[in-house]
Amino acid sequence: MGFPITIFHYKFLLRAIFASILGGLGCGMIGVWIILARIPFVGVAMSHAAFAGAITGLLFGLNPLLMAILFALIASGLIGPVAERADLDPNISLGIIFSILLGIAFLGMGLLHGPKTEALNFIWGNILLLSDSDLLSLLIIVLVILLILILFFKEIMAVLFHREIARSVGIPERSIFYLLITLAGLTVALSLNTIGGLLIFSLIINPPSAAYQLTYDLKQMFFLSGLFGVISCLFGLLFSYLFNTPTGAVIIITSSVIFGIALIFSPKR
Amino acid sequence: MNASAIIRLKDVSVAYQKDLVLTKINLQIDEGEFVTVLGPNGAGKTTLLTTINGLGRIRGGEVWIFGIRLTPSRAGEIRKEIGYVPQILNLDPRMPIRVRDVVRIGRFGKVGLIHRLSSRDEDIVDEVMALTGIKDFSLRPIGHLSGGELQKVQIARALAQEPRILLLDEPTSNLDLRAQYELLDLIEQIYLERSITIVFVTHILSHIPPSSSRLLLMKRGKITFDGPRGRALQRNRIGDLYGIPDHDLPL
Ligand SMILES: Nc1ncnc2c1ncn2[C@@H]1O[C@H](COP(=O)(O)OP(=O)(O)O)[C@@H](O)[C@H]1O
Ligand SMILES: [Mg+2]
Repeated sequence: MGFPITIFHYKFLLRAIFASILGGLGCGMIGVWIILARIPFVGVAMSHAAFAGAITGLLFGLNPLLMAILFALIASGLIGPVAERADLDPNISLGIIFSILLGIAFLGMGLLHGPKTEALNFIWGNILLLSDSDLLSLLIIVLVILLILILFFKEIMAVLFHREIARSVGIPERSIFYLLITLAGLTVALSLNTIGGLLIFSLIINPPSAAYQLTYDLKQMFFLSGLFGVISCLFGLLFSYLFNTPTGAVIIITSSVIFGIALIFSPKR
Repeated sequence: MNASAIIRLKDVSVAYQKDLVLTKINLQIDEGEFVTVLGPNGAGKTTLLTTINGLGRIRGGEVWIFGIRLTPSRAGEIRKEIGYVPQILNLDPRMPIRVRDVVRIGRFGKVGLIHRLSSRDEDIVDEVMALTGIKDFSLRPIGHLSGGELQKVQIARALAQEPRILLLDEPTSNLDLRAQYELLDLIEQIYLERSITIVFVTHILSHIPPSSSRLLLMKRGKITFDGPRGRALQRNRIGDLYGIPDHDLPL
């Protein structure tokens, strides 16, 4: 597919490499708090909110990425309070939100006229067709995540250790928790057309789960998870470039293999 | 009403969903007191503690701590001065956080957002770890500790706040005899050396710390007795509290 490499090809490939690094890093890092706070369904709910938003955008002729971000932000606003309700397991209530959103998304898909290539891109992602603004928004969200990790690392550590204890020592635990959920939602929305709404969940869950097997140090877990995310994405890109395979599929397979290897070599077993 | 009380509850009621869990509680605790709250499971002991540090949501009445009315907007500041050791910690053994970092969490609220811990903060962490005897495993993963070790870490974390009030929720209930003994000893030592106001919760009669001279008996959301230890620990009262015949009591 990629030969001969023209300048045109080269530019797309370079963009795709950057997108892989940024997407892998972002998803790997937000995955750490999704795993440690034990809210895997937040990842699912977020990706489907963003997906529903993108489809809604296509349907009404609005910018799909902006709509994805908007829906993800609204979902973040809903998820926090829902997760606070003590009488309902958050994973159950989020499951309900997620199924409603998925219904909306597929209803929208059905209503779309003409070819559904663009809509399908939001399901599968297409890392080779990114625009400069896609890339820039990914870069910004990754920088924001890094900045927040550096500034609020001790608060994040406390919240991920135990939310009630974090609150009891006088940390604004709710604000930190909501901030983390909102960042997760934004990252998911912005990775939608890179990795795809259906597959992003695995990229959020697999790298931190692998890192979780390997270290007892939170900083190291963030580092390893980001690294595994980047490796998975670059591998997916390499395969799709060489063999014309769907990128997302190989990303998921790679990240699952990394998890399997981590499990085998885990000192924690 | 004694205005100088460090903890003051006035007609406080708490409910989850519909059921009242605390019913019109009135309570005053003075600075430096060591109060034990005794009562059966489900009496509302844990809820009483979370009412004092503002983690629970009260339905009615007023809570005053350090002479300040506890409101949601002031709770954060007040909590920095209250060390809280919750009842049960279900920690994943794989949790990627080590013992010393858990103790450091006690300083995080006081230090404030963005700021790093100063060398003075780290000294305080070292000091409370020495006091509680957990220095030897400061780098162990927090999920790998025994019940007794974990309780000591929790107490160290609470002490790292340099709190004026210490709330201990059944710290001795799930420990073997030796660990119970060690922990009660540690709590005594903390009280005698630091003159912190302590509220200690237990459902086990034999775990009342020797220095605790005042007892609250709690049953079904009410304080049924509040007074000196000697008068609290009478057969009829305790039998009544737990709903068992007096003559079966090991008093
Ligand atoms: N989060 C909650 N939601 C609903 N009910 C609760 C909750 N926490 C405690 N309760 C109920 O409140 C009552 C008092 O609980 P608690 O304060 O934990 O008692 P204790 O600590 O004395 O065992 C119990 O009946 C308990 O079932
Ligand atoms: Mg309790």
